Amino acid sequence: MQGVIFDIKHYAIHDGPGIRQTIFFKGCALGCWWCHNPESRSHEPFTYQKKEKIDGREVVVKETVGKRYSVNELLKIIEKDMVFFEESGGGVTFSGGEPLQQYDFLLKVLKACKKRDIHTCLDTTGLAQQDKMAEIAKYTDHFLYDIKHMDSEQHRKYTGVNNEAILENLRYLDSIGKNIWIRYVLVPGINDDEGNLINLLAFLKELKHVNNINLLPYHKIGSHKYHRFGLEYKMNGVQEPTAERIEEVSRLFSNAGFEVSIGG
Amino acid sequence: MNARIQQLREQSLNAIPRISAERALLVTEFYKSDLAQQVSVPVKRALAFKHIMTHKKICINDGELIVGERGPAPKAVPTYPEITVHSIEDLEILDSRPKVWYKADEETKRIYREEIIPYWTGKSNREKIFNNLDQNWIDAYEAGIFTEFQEQRAPGHTVLGKKMFQKGFLDLKKEIALEIERLDFFNDPEALNKREELKAMDIAADAIILFAERYLDALEELANNERDEDRKIELMQMSAICRRVPAHAPQTFHEALQHYWFIHLGVITEVNPWDSFNPGRLDQHLYPFYEKEIREGKLTEEGAKELLSSFWIKFNNHPAPTKIGVTAKESSTYTDFALINLGGVKEDGSDAVNDLTFVILDVIEEMRLLQPSSMIQVSKKNPDRFIKRTARILKTGFGQPSVFNTDAIIQELLNQGKSITDARNGGASGCVETGAFGTESYILTGYFNLTKIFEITLHNGIDPMTGRQIGLQSGDPLAFKSFDELLAAYEKQVKYFADIKIKGSNIIDQLFAENVPVPFLSLLIDDCITNGKDYNSGGARYNTSYIQGVGLGSLTDILTSIKYHVFDQKKYTIKKLLKAADENFKGADELRNELINNTPKYGNDDDYADAQAVSVFEIFHNAVNGRPNTKGGHFRINMLPTTSHVYFGSVTGATLDGRLTKKPLSEGISPFQGADRKGPSAVIKSASKIDHLRTGGTLLNQKLTPSLLESEKGLESMVQLIRAYFRLDGHHIQFNVVTAKTLRKAQKHPENYKDLIVRVAGYSDYFNDLGEELQDEIIRRTENEVF
Repeated sequence: MQGVIFDIKHYAIHDGPGIRQTIFFKGCALGCWWCHNPESRSHEPFTYQKKEKIDGREVVVKETVGKRYSVNELLKIIEKDMVFFEESGGGVTFSGGEPLQQYDFLLKVLKACKKRDIHTCLDTTGLAQQDKMAEIAKYTDHFLYDIKHMDSEQHRKYTGVNNEAILENLRYLDSIGKNIWIRYVLVPGINDDEGNLINLLAFLKELKHVNNINLLPYHKIGSHKYHRFGLEYKMNGVQEPTAERIEEVSRLFSNAGFEVSIGG
Repeated sequence: MNARIQQLREQSLNAIPRISAERALLVTEFYKSDLAQQVSVPVKRALAFKHIMTHKKICINDGELIVGERGPAPKAVPTYPEITVHSIEDLEILDSRPKVWYKADEETKRIYREEIIPYWTGKSNREKIFNNLDQNWIDAYEAGIFTEFQEQRAPGHTVLGKKMFQKGFLDLKKEIALEIERLDFFNDPEALNKREELKAMDIAADAIILFAERYLDALEELANNERDEDRKIELMQMSAICRRVPAHAPQTFHEALQHYWFIHLGVITEVNPWDSFNPGRLDQHLYPFYEKEIREGKLTEEGAKELLSSFWIKFNNHPAPTKIGVTAKESSTYTDFALINLGGVKEDGSDAVNDLTFVILDVIEEMRLLQPSSMIQVSKKNPDRFIKRTARILKTGFGQPSVFNTDAIIQELLNQGKSITDARNGGASGCVETGAFGTESYILTGYFNLTKIFEITLHNGIDPMTGRQIGLQSGDPLAFKSFDELLAAYEKQVKYFADIKIKGSNIIDQLFAENVPVPFLSLLIDDCITNGKDYNSGGARYNTSYIQGVGLGSLTDILTSIKYHVFDQKKYTIKKLLKAADENFKGADELRNELINNTPKYGNDDDYADAQAVSVFEIFHNAVNGRPNTKGGHFRINMLPTTSHVYFGSVTGATLDGRLTKKPLSEGISPFQGADRKGPSAVIKSASKIDHLRTGGTLLNQKLTPSLLESEKGLESMVQLIRAYFRLDGHHIQFNVVTAKTLRKAQKHPENYKDLIVRVAGYSDYFNDLGEELQDEIIRRTENEVF
């Protein structure tokens, strides 16, 4: 069995505890307008013409996004960073795309990691059938759990899917006592209004084990990729949040007793 | 920083480096005297030293707490005509070159023309060296196969141990008298030589005491004329300190610093030794004084900081001696490599970090001076907060302190045959060189251009830059059937050039032993006194000669290219690749792109490429390691470049890693600039595949973007990254925390970035003081902004 991976990042220090290796799975069921990895949405690898510069002169080369790996191949790469995991209490983080889209492969990789005592973390949109989430949770030490919007209609508008199943899975993971850090991309005019934030806060307060929120201020760094890969960019006109606004939102959560970190 | 320190610091920063003919005149005067003709060489050297110390100008700067300058004023740099006699043209080049200049005024040139040049021409050690070396040495040197450290500067490369923080020169004089008494003229054929050497050391001890007495008098006189009551008292106290040290062992923190400073001046006035000199484990040596006076309420932390700051400024007042020709290219900097060691382990193996360690780190951060350089020794026994404190300094982009692995250093020293105690008292000096402090002479003999030797291998012994056959005929490169055959040919060439280098080095060592003994330095390093032997003749307990390999990253990528494209993928023939490189990749952008962007590279934890790094390392190691030198010790390797990777690049044509002709090579054991694309952890993994413990030091340069160190988590991760490298036996790592964008701006508008300091290779330097090639190279190193 093979999985499709579009990037592997070493020395990832914002993707969970310690120094981590982050493995980006290709394929995602959501289509968030602000996604900074739009090339990760489709499952299959694809090739495009990339322009390299050599002394200012252009050379066009073929570049493929996405590569197939067997479980063993991936484990070999993960194990290269063992010394950093051990020194820092880190491990491997599966991100994407949405790793749960490659459920069978992800499960095998997770099992193989746990067999080797490697700390595992899943960076997820949370969209999956609950029995699958339950099976995955058995081999996942830590979750980075995205919340996009508290209003299901708005959620559908900006991501393409409703949020009920996502929030339900989060409640479930909390009920079985998993370590969860919430990730919230703060997008001005889309999900940063007071009402939405208060709903989010209320929802999080009901959870027993969630204590950390990672606020990710929306940034435009990924926008050029939409052009490069011929995708529609819907975020024209949306500004990056101001430092003051980030601070305000951060205080809202920290005043409620949450540990807030910004950026990553 | 208080007003006094601020003012002294400003004075140091604003002082203009200039050449002083004072020492040259004094040494010439003495060499011409009748007395000089009547005595043995060691005694002559000691008397010359005494003559200088008796007559050189006394300099006391306003407000300073530690006194003594090598020249007549801060940054007035003396010359050493008995080692190298500068021509008028040299002086003019030194005066006018765009970087690392030293002003030479008309009076200096006149003195040189009338006094110095006429007397020393034909007599300097440099001329003796070049007259005694073989033609094949000269050919290889001129082709840029290797450099030679000792051609215009004396051997130094040593560090003070703890003994001189417990003894005064009167104590040493007693030891000398005892050794003279013990000489056995019946059974020891060297007894006379030993007596002359010991007499010379005794004279050198007198000279430094006399020098301090001159300061004593001058300070007293200043005090008598001083109107400010506080300063008057201070000057009286300083005068009293000069009465005690260096004749007697220091009793207080202030005395210990002044004591060392007199010693430092002695060493760098006697000759122009490499790596100036260095107190070594400063937090260890000073701690007993600090602890006692703090406990007794006689010193405050602030008071200690003020004294240390004053001490720091003293180092900064002393740029490297003038360097010219190839030596200026290989070491193009004012920095003279005094490297303060902090932390590590005590003699009994326990954690050596103490309160003073942190006080000194504060001083380093506050002073932000090029000199002295600083480093931390990190043992597995040291606390994380020690590294984290250092990371907070590194975060500011200063490039200092560099970070060393104590546990690796100890194993390296044990592997070289040192005792466990001597090993634990050791550390690293210069850039990254391992040494047993207070007991070892560990000479860097020169850089060794591994990439160039491979270029010559690919041309069957011919240097393509000149068309001359300077290497062996090791085989037609087009005829090699396998990669291993090619590697075997390279190995032959490395051995051939290593032989030439080692023979030359042994000749040079003997010339120094014969003509330029250093009785003052010999007083300081054990066991020169008990052996009755000079430092330059093997008097030290341990004697190591290092050859420093350069271009590991570049050569690894070149070999990987050939193995990958020619022998494994069979995509290109060696003929096609060689032709493209010989034409500097003109019209071959696509091929060059393949070589740069589509070939495994060292620095990415890729075993395919890293295996070649191991080959490069082993071939070099085996050609050098364990070969005897003339001082009873051995040749060893280390891997560091200073600025020689720029010079070596300038003599090396385009290479099969895609590098264009004459561009800089990789430095230390770092990946080629921009070749590492998987971040610092992957670099560390690649770099740890070679066996650091069989070297005398390796240098790894790591860039980090400032954003990676913004958060506490970022700082903690850096600590863990360092711990991980050291767990893998890495020797040293240094960090450049600056963005390529900032550097590009600085290159365009140097006037706005006068204080921008970057890490070069084993030392930091003002970005503006670097040559353009080196600036470009550092920008390329920093380019990959993801990490």
